[in-house]
Amino acid sequence: MASATFDLIGFGPEGWGPALLRAAAMTFVLSVAGFLSGAALGAIAAFARLSGDRFARVAAFAYSVLFRGVPDLLTIYLLYFGGSVALTMIGHWLGARGFVGLPLFATGMAALGVISGAYQAEVYRGAFLAIHRGEIEAARAFGMSGLTMLRKLVVPQVLRYAIPGLGNVWQLVLKDSALVSVIGLVELMRQAQVGAGSTREPFVFFCAAGALYLVIAAATGALFRTVERRSRRGFRMV
Amino acid sequence: MDITFLADTLVELLKGAPLTLELAATSVGLGFVLALALGLTLQSAPAALRWSIRGYVTMFRGTPLLVQIFLIYYGLGQFRPTLETLGLWGFFRQPYWCAILALTLNTAAYGAEIIRGGLQSVPYGQIEAARACGMPPWTAYRLVVLPIALRQALPSYGNEIILMIKGTSLTSIVTLLEITGVAQQIISQTYRAVEVFACAGAIYLSMNYLVAQSLAALEHWLSPHLRTPNIEDAVAIEGGLH
Repeated sequence: MASATFDLIGFGPEGWGPALLRAAAMTFVLSVAGFLSGAALGAIAAFARLSGDRFARVAAFAYSVLFRGVPDLLTIYLLYFGGSVALTMIGHWLGARGFVGLPLFATGMAALGVISGAYQAEVYRGAFLAIHRGEIEAARAFGMSGLTMLRKLVVPQVLRYAIPGLGNVWQLVLKDSALVSVIGLVELMRQAQVGAGSTREPFVFFCAAGALYLVIAAATGALFRTVERRSRRGFRMV
Repeated sequence: MDITFLADTLVELLKGAPLTLELAATSVGLGFVLALALGLTLQSAPAALRWSIRGYVTMFRGTPLLVQIFLIYYGLGQFRPTLETLGLWGFFRQPYWCAILALTLNTAAYGAEIIRGGLQSVPYGQIEAARACGMPPWTAYRLVVLPIALRQALPSYGNEIILMIKGTSLTSIVTLLEITGVAQQIISQTYRAVEVFACAGAIYLSMNYLVAQSLAALEHWLSPHLRTPNIEDAVAIEGGLH
C-alpha cells in the first residue's frame, strides 16, 4: 500500500509527481500575479480613501466593503461568467459564433487581484495612518515636494508598517487561488482533482495537494518574517 | 435590466439562506467550543499535546478550505469498508455532515489561535490580583481571565465568523443547496449567470453587514471602560450619589 502510494505521487513512469509539482508552480505564479495586481488596486483604493475627494472616498470604501463581504467563490464566478458574457457579445458583434470563454489565467489573476486589493487597501490605509504626523510636517517644512515626500517618507514607512498585514493577505491569496480551479485553470487543486478522478485515489491526491500548499505557505511565511525582521533593524523593540 | 427576473431570483435564492445560516451557525458554534478547549489546553498541557495541537492548527490554517472539504468528502470515501465496520459511513456518506466537519475543524484552528492571543493579552497583574484576593485558580479563570481574554478576542473572532459565512459557499461544490448552490441551479435553467450571482452576492453582503453590525454593538456593550464618559450619565450617577 505504502509503496503503491509513493509510486502514484512519485516521479516514476506512472507517477503524478511532475504534474503535481508543475501545478504547484502554477499555483505559486498565479498567487504572486494576483497578489501584485491586488497591491496596485489596494494602493489606489487606499489613496482614494485618504484623499480629499468625497466621491473617491465613497467609491473606495464601497469597493473594500463589497469584496470583503461577498464570498470569494462568487467573485470568481461573477468575473468569469460576466467577462465571458461581455466577450461573447463583442465576439458576436465582430461576427464570431458561440460562447467565447475568457483566458483562464488572466481571469484568475484578476479575481485574486480584485479580492486581495480590497484587503490590501485596508492594510495600506492603516499603515499610512501609523506614520507620525510630525514627520510629514517636518518634510513640508523642509520644502519637500509631494512626490519627493511620497518617495522618501511615505512609501518606505507604509511598506514597513504594512509587512505583517501583507503577510496575512498573501496567505489568504495563496489559499484563495485554490478556488480558481472552479473555472478550469489547471493549478494545484485542479490537478489533484484530475489525478483523484483518473486513479480513484482521492485521499492520496488531496493529501499531496494539501502538503504542497503547506510547503508554499511555510516557505513564503518564513520569507515574510525575514523581511519583517530586516525592516525593523535599527528600531527599538518593545 | 429585468426587475421581475431579479425579484424572482432573489426570492428563490433566499430559500437557500436557512441552510447557509445553519451551516455557518453550527460550525461557528461547535468550532468555538473546540477552539476554547484547544486554546486553554495550549496554556498548560504536556509538551506532546501542545505540539499536536500546534500541528493541527498549522495544517488547517496552511491549506485551502476547499482541499479540506474534498479530503473529508471524497478522500475519506475511499475508506468506505473501514468506515462501514466502524459504523461511521452513515456520517461520512452525507455531504452535509462532511461540510459541517470540515468547516468546524477549519474555524476551530483559526479560533484556537485567536483565543490563545486573547489569553496571552490578559495582564499578569490581573491574575496576581485575583490570587491575592484568595480566588481558587478556576474561579480566577472564570471571573477574571476568560472575560478579559474573550473581550480582547472578539474583534478577530468577528472577522473569523464573517470568513466562515463566506466559506459556506464552498459547500455548493459538494452538492449542498445553500445560496450559491441554489444560484448554480437557477443558472443551469436560465443561463443568466451574471444577474443570479449578483443577487446571491447581495444576499451574502447584507448577511455579513448585519453580523458585523451586531458584533460591533456587542463590542461596544462589552467595553464601557473604553468609552469617553457621557456627561448626562455622569450627572445621573452624581445625582444618585448625593
